[in-house]
Amino acid sequence: MIATLAFYVFAVILLVSASMVVSARNPVHSVLFLILTFFNAAALFLLAGAEFLAMILVIVYVGAVAVLFLFVVMMLDVNFAQLREGFQRYLPVGATIGVVLLVELFMVLGGWKFAPEAASLRFAPVTPGVHNTAQLGRLLYTDYFLLFQASGLVLLVAMIGAIVLTLRDKGDGRRQDISRQLARTAADTLVMVDVATGAGMKDVGILRPKVAEPEPVAAAHDHGHGGHH
Amino acid sequence: MTWTAMNWTLAVPELVLACCGMGILVFGVLSKRETFQLCSMLTIGAFLLTGVLVLPGAYGVGYSGLFTSDAFSAFVKLLVLVAAALCVVVSLDYNEHVNLRRFEFPVLMLFCTVGMMLMASASNLMTMYVGTELMSLAIYVLAAFARDELRSAEAGLKYFVLGALASGLMLYGISLVYGFSGSMAFDKLAEALADPASASPGLVVGIVFIVAGLAFKVSAVPFHMWTPDVYEGAPTSITAFLGTAPKVAPMALLVRAMATPFGQLLVQWQQLIVLVSIASMLLGSLAAIGQRNIKRLMAYSSIGHMGYVLIGLAAGSVDGIRGVLIYLVTYVFMNVGTFACILAMRRRGKMLEGISDLAGLGRTDPAMALAFAVFMFGMAGIPPLSGFWGKYFIFSAAVQQGMWTLAVIGVLTSVVGAYYYINIVKVMYFDAPEEAFDPRPASLSFVAAVGGLFTTFFFVFPAPVVAAAEAAAKVLFR
Repeated sequence: MIATLAFYVFAVILLVSASMVVSARNPVHSVLFLILTFFNAAALFLLAGAEFLAMILVIVYVGAVAVLFLFVVMMLDVNFAQLREGFQRYLPVGATIGVVLLVELFMVLGGWKFAPEAASLRFAPVTPGVHNTAQLGRLLYTDYFLLFQASGLVLLVAMIGAIVLTLRDKGDGRRQDISRQLARTAADTLVMVDVATGAGMKDVGILRPKVAEPEPVAAAHDHGHGGHH
Repeated sequence: MTWTAMNWTLAVPELVLACCGMGILVFGVLSKRETFQLCSMLTIGAFLLTGVLVLPGAYGVGYSGLFTSDAFSAFVKLLVLVAAALCVVVSLDYNEHVNLRRFEFPVLMLFCTVGMMLMASASNLMTMYVGTELMSLAIYVLAAFARDELRSAEAGLKYFVLGALASGLMLYGISLVYGFSGSMAFDKLAEALADPASASPGLVVGIVFIVAGLAFKVSAVPFHMWTPDVYEGAPTSITAFLGTAPKVAPMALLVRAMATPFGQLLVQWQQLIVLVSIASMLLGSLAAIGQRNIKRLMAYSSIGHMGYVLIGLAAGSVDGIRGVLIYLVTYVFMNVGTFACILAMRRRGKMLEGISDLAGLGRTDPAMALAFAVFMFGMAGIPPLSGFWGKYFIFSAAVQQGMWTLAVIGVLTSVVGAYYYINIVKVMYFDAPEEAFDPRPASLSFVAAVGGLFTTFFFVFPAPVVAAAEAAAKVLFR
């Protein structure tokens, strides 16, 4: 009874918040609703006995992905009103295609037959006595070991690709050069100035770091280090 | 699950290649100097080593049915490795010249090749998908490798967006097939579908989506839109690569997927393949006529060639599949050779891509003009060059199955296609010569010579290739 009640509560919140994700005007609200959706989905997983998936959903999706979305939405100043501009214009075409697809989908699903053993499997998704983390682990690391490794390679390629396409090492990065830092003395950078009492900085003006200008790269370095002193 | 059932040794070539790739990557990252040339050499070495490991042919099913090693996969893997190795050789000088000398280049090609080998061995829809993604992801990056060039970045982005869409379609198809048949393993699917009447419409829709996803990868009409732009925009060494191995592996996967799990549903997918094939042949031969840029021309040419290859699949017989494999072999060598010539089109240090730039090559560089002419005649299918034999095996298989329409359309379009191939020969030999090209680097001459010799003398020793292709094709029809 309580389980059924809990299911309906979580399911209703899930559906409502999911529809809010697509209908909210403010993209930040969309992401926040998305997080709510994830939490409710996790609760549903828990009810179904898949505690590992529930935790993963919270940790990975709420903890990482949703927060990433939030950052993207807030940092990239995407003009969503502009994106929606074509909506009215394309609505008839889009709606027609959507309806056609829906009809086709129904025609396809008309031939759906459940496998005879599906009903019994549905009531016993978990092998008794085996933890479902262990079951997932066996699937991933034994049965689908090859795919797991291959997916790792896909991620490696993605990483190499991201670095190849975006990293620009022009040699002007402000890297820490410890020997240069240690070789510096106070005399290189500091100037003692006598300032008349009450005159403030008027006479002296703002002093620039005492660096020879000809070498721009070195100048950049010293600028950077100046901050530390 | 016992370790004997894993049979993990079947994948030793892939494992070795992947480990070599990671080794080369670490070496490239750690070394202080510029290591493009050295890493390329190491990559070629890794390809050779892997080829040697593929040769002995340890056959069987491993990784609980995810991975199959048989004569078919060995054939495709060797072809892919040879193509990839030749493409690395081709890129050596070009990348140095256009300032793309970064060690990630060969490494990405290597991982792409791992993906293609996985595709060749896939015997589960999931392996198929992961292999395809590994291949595609590496190519997206490679297409955008000249990141400061607008065209290259555009090519990469275009390919990525459309490729992601195609992957989505394929995944949707896989999910439909899984939902309606209850399995993703090829052998289980074949069992479940042994009676063609048991196939529900949902399953057929799933197959259509899978075909659409793979047709995108082999750039068959109507999923070809990306091809000319990506071919033109990508660095030319990548265009050379795109036209060879990444066409072979998806085609082989399409053949295996259609022949093994869905073999009994021949009637269901045959008309689809026939339509795609006819459309590709027509577009490939007609759209290429107006092209002025040789890379775009090669793009349309590859679309047309994939149309011919699909005839063999549509025939759905051992002979048809044998034709597909032989055609792919001849196509790879002609294509690599042509691109070696295109990469040698450089005048005063500037890369050229116009067909008119070839004017008078017959007088300024007879050797290169001869090689180019051999490839063009080969692609047009003039006997006794290898291109003719590829077409011969394909068309005869179609005729045997009574598919006269396909064969006739194929012959007609190759006559139309011959026009633009031979037009290039005409430009080279009969137009007024322009200033000579810069001296060719040895690596390009080598690849052009390999391709040219294979194309010319294939008819003398066709037996090994034909026998291997026959053995490979028979595996799919046990």
